[in-house]
Amino acid sequence: MAEPIFTPVNLITGFLGSGKTTLLQRLLADPALADTAVLINEFGEVGLDHHLLERIDDTMVLLQSGCLCCTIRGELSSAMRDLHSKRERGTVPRFRRLVVESTGLADPFPILSTVRADPVLRHHFRLGNVITTVDAVNGLDQLARQVECTKQIAVADRLVLTKTDLAEPAGADALVERLSRINPSAPLWRAAEAPLDAPALLSHDLFATAGRSGAARRWFAAELATSSAAEATAPNRHDETVHAFALSFDGQLDWTLFGLWLTMLLHRHGDQVLRVKGILNVADADAPVAIHGVQRLVHPPIHMAEWPDSDRRSRLVFIVDGLDRVLIERSLGAFLGSVPLSLSAV
Amino acid sequence: MCSLCGILGGSGHWTDAAARPGVFTRNVDPLQRRRERAHRIACASRVLAYYGLTLSDWQASSFVLSTATGKTELVEDLGHLWAAAEKLLGRPCDPLDPDLIIRLEGGSLHG
Repeated sequence: MAEPIFTPVNLITGFLGSGKTTLLQRLLADPALADTAVLINEFGEVGLDHHLLERIDDTMVLLQSGCLCCTIRGELSSAMRDLHSKRERGTVPRFRRLVVESTGLADPFPILSTVRADPVLRHHFRLGNVITTVDAVNGLDQLARQVECTKQIAVADRLVLTKTDLAEPAGADALVERLSRINPSAPLWRAAEAPLDAPALLSHDLFATAGRSGAARRWFAAELATSSAAEATAPNRHDETVHAFALSFDGQLDWTLFGLWLTMLLHRHGDQVLRVKGILNVADADAPVAIHGVQRLVHPPIHMAEWPDSDRRSRLVFIVDGLDRVLIERSLGAFLGSVPLSLSAV
Repeated sequence: MCSLCGILGGSGHWTDAAARPGVFTRNVDPLQRRRERAHRIACASRVLAYYGLTLSDWQASSFVLSTATGKTELVEDLGHLWAAAEKLLGRPCDPLDPDLIIRLEGGSLHG
């Protein structure tokens, strides 16, 4: 039987006024993304963003008068089912990717969860990269005031720093440093300074590149390098509850024990585990298994084709809000019966 | 759906993607699946013992979680285990509980 084809869903999120629609406009101009359907959510009574995209066809859907993560969450699944149905019937072009632009106030987790939990959608769509735009001028203030802003950054696979041409260099540098502590693994683009590589932003995700060791290496290299550097110069960060850290283990670990531990942790503290991802050396498996989760939503594990490098240790990266790193480390070690080697704290 | 317990099947929890792909999700190696289920019960029981709970296999399709006084809950997969345990206990099961960690460190889960 042929493997099912899942349409990747990318979420573009970012706080109000951080440049989501401008980014989307630039991405859609790329010929490589010509067969992309777009779903825009606006909070206001009168939707405007879709006019800015200057694209009028049936693969552009506007969900207005509410926020996707709460008031009109059901409409996201209906709109996606409708798009899928029309595609199968041939009444809209056969799009191969769906981009969802959320409102600036949305918590990204319920949106991601909709794609995975809906009994129809989960057989036709899969989650792709989450791209978060961050305003270089106002980003630090927004991070201080809005918890959604921190969540949007923590779940990002790609960060796009916007308005760098308007920001003071010192302020932008402080923001970049802060971003690298909240989410050290997400590559950062500066929208104003470089041409955007649309495929790298949208389509180079773990699922699509599971068989390629180079991609997996890049997936991990960023956070390991960043975390070592950040640890050396870490200032007093007691005011920040969101932090990232990496753990590694020698030898092979038992998949069942690990699953038991992670399901228990996510059941009790899922709201505070903003992100967990890792590459595991699993007993009885020749190749590594990659895991990837956002709060209580764990993606199906990926059996990778090969190890990304000569390092055979299991590596895990956590982004947590207010959880004690030492306890997590000890707890995991106690479940697995082995002591984790702390790689770094960021 | 199971006609006896009413549990809907087929959702596939992420932990079912075992070291050997397909053991749980496709019926490729039934013996191996039974072995995996037995291992799963052994691993979970070490943690559940701290709470006075026991887990046992039910027809190789679900699990039965029981208290010492005989209250039971059917559990489909590891995703449902902790919610069922907390329901039976009436208190949270926290992997970061220092007392639990000390207990597990004293006696490794591997036995």
